[in-house]
Amino acid sequence: MALLEVRDLKVHFNTDDGVVKAVDGVSYSVDRGQALGIVGESGSGKSVSSLTVMGLTRFFSNAQISGEILLDGKDLLAASDEEMRHLRGSEISMIFQDPLSSLHPFYKIGDQLVEAIRTHRDVSRAQALDRAVEMLGLVGIPEPRRRVDGFPHEFSGGMRQRVMIAMALANDPKLLIADEPTTALDVTVQAQILELIGRLQNELDTAIVIITHDLGVVAEVTDEIAVMYAGRIVERAPTDTIFSAPEHPYTWGLLGSIARLDAPRGDELVPIPGRPPSLINLPTGCSFHPRCPYVREAHRRIDPSLEPVAGDSGHHVACLLNTETRKRLWRLLEAGTAPEEARAQVGLEDDVASPKEASL
Amino acid sequence: MLTYILRRLLWMIVLLLLISMLTFVIFYLLPAADPAVLRAGKQPTPELVRSIRHELGLDRSLPVQYWLYLKKIVLHFDFGRSYQNNVSVRSQIFDRAPNTASLALGGVVVWLLVGIPVGIISAIKRGRWADRIAMGSALVAISAPVYWLGLVGLYLFSKDLGLVHIFDGSGSYPDQGNLFTRPFATAPTLFLPWIVLAASFAAIYARFLRGNLLEVMSEDYIRTARAKGLPERTVIFKHGVRSAITPIVTILGLDLGILLGGAILTETVFNIPGIGRLAFDSIQKSDLPTVQGTVLLGAFFIIILNLIVDIVYAFLDPRVRY
Repeated sequence: MALLEVRDLKVHFNTDDGVVKAVDGVSYSVDRGQALGIVGESGSGKSVSSLTVMGLTRFFSNAQISGEILLDGKDLLAASDEEMRHLRGSEISMIFQDPLSSLHPFYKIGDQLVEAIRTHRDVSRAQALDRAVEMLGLVGIPEPRRRVDGFPHEFSGGMRQRVMIAMALANDPKLLIADEPTTALDVTVQAQILELIGRLQNELDTAIVIITHDLGVVAEVTDEIAVMYAGRIVERAPTDTIFSAPEHPYTWGLLGSIARLDAPRGDELVPIPGRPPSLINLPTGCSFHPRCPYVREAHRRIDPSLEPVAGDSGHHVACLLNTETRKRLWRLLEAGTAPEEARAQVGLEDDVASPKEASL
Repeated sequence: MLTYILRRLLWMIVLLLLISMLTFVIFYLLPAADPAVLRAGKQPTPELVRSIRHELGLDRSLPVQYWLYLKKIVLHFDFGRSYQNNVSVRSQIFDRAPNTASLALGGVVVWLLVGIPVGIISAIKRGRWADRIAMGSALVAISAPVYWLGLVGLYLFSKDLGLVHIFDGSGSYPDQGNLFTRPFATAPTLFLPWIVLAASFAAIYARFLRGNLLEVMSEDYIRTARAKGLPERTVIFKHGVRSAITPIVTILGLDLGILLGGAILTETVFNIPGIGRLAFDSIQKSDLPTVQGTVLLGAFFIIILNLIVDIVYAFLDPRVRY
């Protein structure tokens, strides 16, 4: 049994402008000690789905949540607020995007860690402080015995994220959710934090869900990647497969927009045209169709579901193009062909819809 | 820290000098009645007025008058004598300041005791009936003028219900003593003034705290506190209120400073012989030394409380360093 299993999770927010379908039928699972990357643009629902796993969307009175979130077989959505509170910070922990604002500015680092420990463990303050020092040392904070008495503003961004990680892992959680853990940090610090997360995952055997908009960030750390678009997972596959044989045009777009050292000089990054759709009025059919270079008439009507790729049961994709076409397109794109050209070469030109018309 | 405080105290002296100078100049520029004529009584003869002028030092040039005034303050802590009744300004102020302080300090306690809980509850119960009732009442309390509230209160609680005793000829405030010298005799008579004074402040503080707390509750570190699995009460009080209440210290310092310099409306309604009324009366009677004294006292309280606020802030917010 998987440690975390999310089944058909939907999180909708009632707002004055309409129902925001932030998460609209997401399923994934994470095994013990495994790392899953959830990748997508802002507004793709990646953060909301994870906040829901933490039970933090309960605090929004306008959130409608349905589906199942099973942690060790126990349904978290059915758990009471009090049960959920006991799981937060002990079984499941979370670190956030902006370490600068995620620590309370008025309390010492040590006090904040001690608080996290003593909420879930019946230990003395001194014991908790020892544990805090131990954790700070583990995440690579120099002189942890002295630094526990420091305030957050006395730490750099990277150090604060280390403190957040120490706090999240202090109670040996089974699952750590990292929501854009490196986005607010310098590039060099990003690498250190990712390296730290990877190392701790191995040492502590914690399952990890890393949420990011940057495929490059999760490439090294994760075992599996789920690509989210407009509240749904559009592709899910082992990390290697996502990079070597991606099947969804959106994933291709994401891969085309990350800088790679092994790419020939002069290769330009290709942005994905258009913007993420409004989550109140989702496009009909495939929600990616207004931005998809390979859209066909039928794609505006038919809503694709996440299905296994033929011949690879670990690889799921929600795309209406047939597998053969997708594989040919990817080979062309990989060889450096522009999307329009690739479209012509695989014979998609006979169809009426070009992306520009479709967006009108 | 110590050098910071010393620097601020030096600045206070500079400010007080400027303020006294300004009061002096304004007083002579304004078309107020001649204090000598007022002093001379109903049938002033020119000789009498002239002799009074000389006696009060009003026949000297303005800079010389100011210089003599300052010299007396610095050397003898003497603020001169009232033009009106020849009483020393210092003793007048020292007589009356405790009355104002009795009113202001009690009022502060009342409005904090009311405003803070109401603000917190309103924020927690945002949009629900408790919040609506609290914010509705707050609007009424802010809108109600002090003199109206005071008179209605006096009518209700003394004339009608008889809960508050009105002293013959002096309203609800006893002639003798104040909260510091005779607390048990004075406190009951001060309840009503405290409540009337505190009403609008309590409402403002409640609204201020509510807004602050709502803002703080959407901060990232509140999300962290919840992610740690803390009980919601701890999240709200230890993490939320702790941050939201800190700016209250700033406005509290200012408000208290202003009130200690005189709460004229409340003092008038309840006939409390405080600084506010002293200032008002002396302005009406062109009694410059008394005006100067009350202005300087008010300025002193505002400046010193500002300093205290800044010092307290350094303890409340570890990010603040001097």
